Amino acid sequence: MDTLLVILVDGIVYSSWLFLVAAGLTLVYGVMKILNMAHGSMYAIGAYSAASFVGWYFSADYVPWASYFFFIGCALAGGVIAGLLVERGVLRLMYGSDEVVMILVTYGVLLILEDVTKLIWGVDAYFAYQPYGLLGRTKVMGITFANYDLYLIGVSVTVGALMWYGLNRTRNGKMLRAVIHDREISMAMGINVTRTFIITFVLGSALGALAGGLTAPALSVVPGIGIEIIILAFAVVVIGGLGSVEGAAVGAILVGISRAIAVHTFPEIELFVIYGVMALVLSVRPRGLFVTATARKI
Amino acid sequence: MEYFRRTNSFFAAAFVLLLAVGLMAPNWFSYLTTISLAKALVVIGLVILLRAGLVSFGQGLYYCLGGYSVGIAGHYLQWTDGFLVLLIAMVVSGIVAAILGLLLCRYREIFFAMLTMAFSMILYGILVKSVGLGSTDGFNIHSVSFFGWEPGTDKLGLIVYFLACLAALIVAVLMHRYFHSPVGFAGEAIRENEIRVEYLGVSPNRIIFSKYILAAVLAGAGGGLTALASGHVDPEMAYWTTSGEFVFVALLSGTAHVAAVFIAAFLFEIIRTYAFDLAPYNWQMILGATLLLIIFFLPKGLWSIFTIRRAGGGVK
Repeated sequence: MDTLLVILVDGIVYSSWLFLVAAGLTLVYGVMKILNMAHGSMYAIGAYSAASFVGWYFSADYVPWASYFFFIGCALAGGVIAGLLVERGVLRLMYGSDEVVMILVTYGVLLILEDVTKLIWGVDAYFAYQPYGLLGRTKVMGITFANYDLYLIGVSVTVGALMWYGLNRTRNGKMLRAVIHDREISMAMGINVTRTFIITFVLGSALGALAGGLTAPALSVVPGIGIEIIILAFAVVVIGGLGSVEGAAVGAILVGISRAIAVHTFPEIELFVIYGVMALVLSVRPRGLFVTATARKI
Repeated sequence: MEYFRRTNSFFAAAFVLLLAVGLMAPNWFSYLTTISLAKALVVIGLVILLRAGLVSFGQGLYYCLGGYSVGIAGHYLQWTDGFLVLLIAMVVSGIVAAILGLLLCRYREIFFAMLTMAFSMILYGILVKSVGLGSTDGFNIHSVSFFGWEPGTDKLGLIVYFLACLAALIVAVLMHRYFHSPVGFAGEAIRENEIRVEYLGVSPNRIIFSKYILAAVLAGAGGGLTALASGHVDPEMAYWTTSGEFVFVALLSGTAHVAAVFIAAFLFEIIRTYAFDLAPYNWQMILGATLLLIIFFLPKGLWSIFTIRRAGGGVK
């Protein structure tokens, strides 16, 4: 019974983290049809910005509680700047290419950004454990868990809810969905598609950086975290169906819970399970859970 | 036929040249060439799929399978004949591809890329956790023999180099034929318009299935050769960044000609070695920038430099 509860809590924490990582990726794909490999770098940039800020902030003896606003802000700022640079500097030149070519373009951007982070932050590990320790731990029904993890769940749910509300209940969201549905017609209807693209990509990058920034206190920030994360995010997004926010949420929960079960019962198959679930879902529903099949065109 | 004869004599000349270079060049150079020839075999498989419009982000799966087959055959089964272990590597890859291919041949575009990537990550996940196979460190390969003759460790590098050259020659000749065969052209037809191919009475899935197996067998051979040359295998061979490298080389070479793949693979190893030497923390940036430049300016790969000149010069 205890293990079951631990699995559930662990699974939910991991799922909410996965959703944060995948949300930006699925948004960018949905609107721009770009499967953005550089999303992993945005995650790394967010993590590094947050970690270096936390290190500086806590050594300078300011009010510790205020750091929660600032380090998230720092991560978001990093993501916005990097996103703008990538969209205006590279992707803009490649719009209209094949989807697979766009993956390769973002792969090139990923390789470049990997080393840019090394140039800016060096190759040593960064630690930003203070915000994690600050919130303490709670004991519920015999299980202790870190309050920071609860905070993570809260942020993840908030982000999901905001995205749902923004897409489904606001004017801008409606325009965005029009662009998703048919780029050319919405252009003809007077929607500024270029601006929509910029905003979407920057938003997606900021979400990736936010995920990185929020993870920074829970682990050490080292080179290569972006490369690890990006395929995890791919798995989540592909399971749910590319471009679907609800899909990303369901994919995150599926992967998160199955990984938690694996970790607590057969730790040997931890990595296997994530991609196993992905292969299984894709073999039953080739386009993911939340995407309906489209007719083939001659 | 004239066309094949000319290309084949070109391949044969390149083969003789490579052998001569191998006898004279320093060890590091022949090692680098061996690795690039081995990787070129993998990339030719990728090019076969690319010609049908499919990008596999998981050729590392078969590259790794080939390497581990060679390692396991020598280490645990005591089979040490170089030709035999390479054959095993190819057969194992072929069998696994025949099973996965049944599923994969129904997928296209991004979904094909993602699913192939998932399968190679599954192998990575299994290998990382299997302590008997050395977990993340991998294990060393037993020294190999050739028909009962055991070259010493000092000669082994050169022998493997010759073996790689021979494999490259065979693959180059056969694949050049394959590209110009009806099945080879069917790939391009599928890329252009799949439904029309169906109307012609040909099953695209079946053709993709056969191409996928062929690509896997080539990748298995490449992985086996790499294992023999470096004397070591580890799970990194199945990680997605390895597969990414192969895609990179395939993009560099383009799909126009088999020879372009070998040139591109060699160039890639050179760029990587020098970039890594000159700027250990920035070599990925150099690679990434190169990739973007190729996509911008040479979207059809290196070989298009030659074809553009030919068209402009009005020779043909």
